[in-house]
Amino acid sequence: MIRVTRKIEFSAAHFYHNPNFSEEENRRVFGKCANLKGHGHNYVLEVTVAGEPDPETGMVLDLKELKAILRREVGDRMDHRHLNHEVPELAGQIPTCENIAAVIWRLLEPKITKGKLDRVRLYESPDLFADITAETNGARV
Amino acid sequence: MSGALKTSLTRRYQFAASHRLHRPIFSEAENARIYGKCSNPYGHGHNYALEVTVTGPVDPATGMIANLGQLDPFVAREVVEAFDHKYLNEEVAEFAESVPTAENICREIYRRLKPFPAARLERVRLEETNKNSFEFDGETGEHR
Repeated sequence: MIRVTRKIEFSAAHFYHNPNFSEEENRRVFGKCANLKGHGHNYVLEVTVAGEPDPETGMVLDLKELKAILRREVGDRMDHRHLNHEVPELAGQIPTCENIAAVIWRLLEPKITKGKLDRVRLYESPDLFADITAETNGARV
Repeated sequence: MSGALKTSLTRRYQFAASHRLHRPIFSEAENARIYGKCSNPYGHGHNYALEVTVTGPVDPATGMIANLGQLDPFVAREVVEAFDHKYLNEEVAEFAESVPTAENICREIYRRLKPFPAARLERVRLEETNKNSFEFDGETGEHR
């Protein structure tokens, strides 16, 4: 099996706020991220697809197609958007790296028809990223 | 459709430290043969980059596996403050006996971070330079 990874970047705004928390609690739990004016990041998304190369083409999947899927499903939805206000898939969730990555997994998984979605890695900054894998994929080496 | 998903969170930290690869039970010639330049008696140093990966359920109230407000001070206290700008051979007690290779540093960092209370430590990855890196996930057997 081969793993193929494609990277895209998008820039978006967000803030962290739980309406069930008091304002003090929001500030205590979320710190600076609780500022309701929002702030932003340059997100870097790495999407890994696993599969056997097609003997005709030598490719697991056409990276042009993967790039188009990433642009359509993620870029068009999230780039230069406010994640709290403009991305319905995140409604009712705190738009943390963990939750955004899980939303991206759910958006991409049905669209990957050649190979299988193996991992979604979302960097919020060079020092922080979340990984989503399938639970059965725990033995990933 | 999607089955159960596994989520992990990785945070990257840095510390600068010096070390010397040398075992007193080896002769000088043996130390030089095994460890090469790394055995220079005055020691040398690296900018280490440490990636700490934790896993567990995402709390719906916070959207987080672990709050960085807890993870950062824990890693700072247990590892970064203990290792940063130190001579590992003499200033970190665990390396009085074991050679502070990146492998052993990696295991020691894992041991120190394992008790993190808010999430399960999944993996520690240590970059000694931008050309080599080391990972430890707690498995000690022959196969994972």
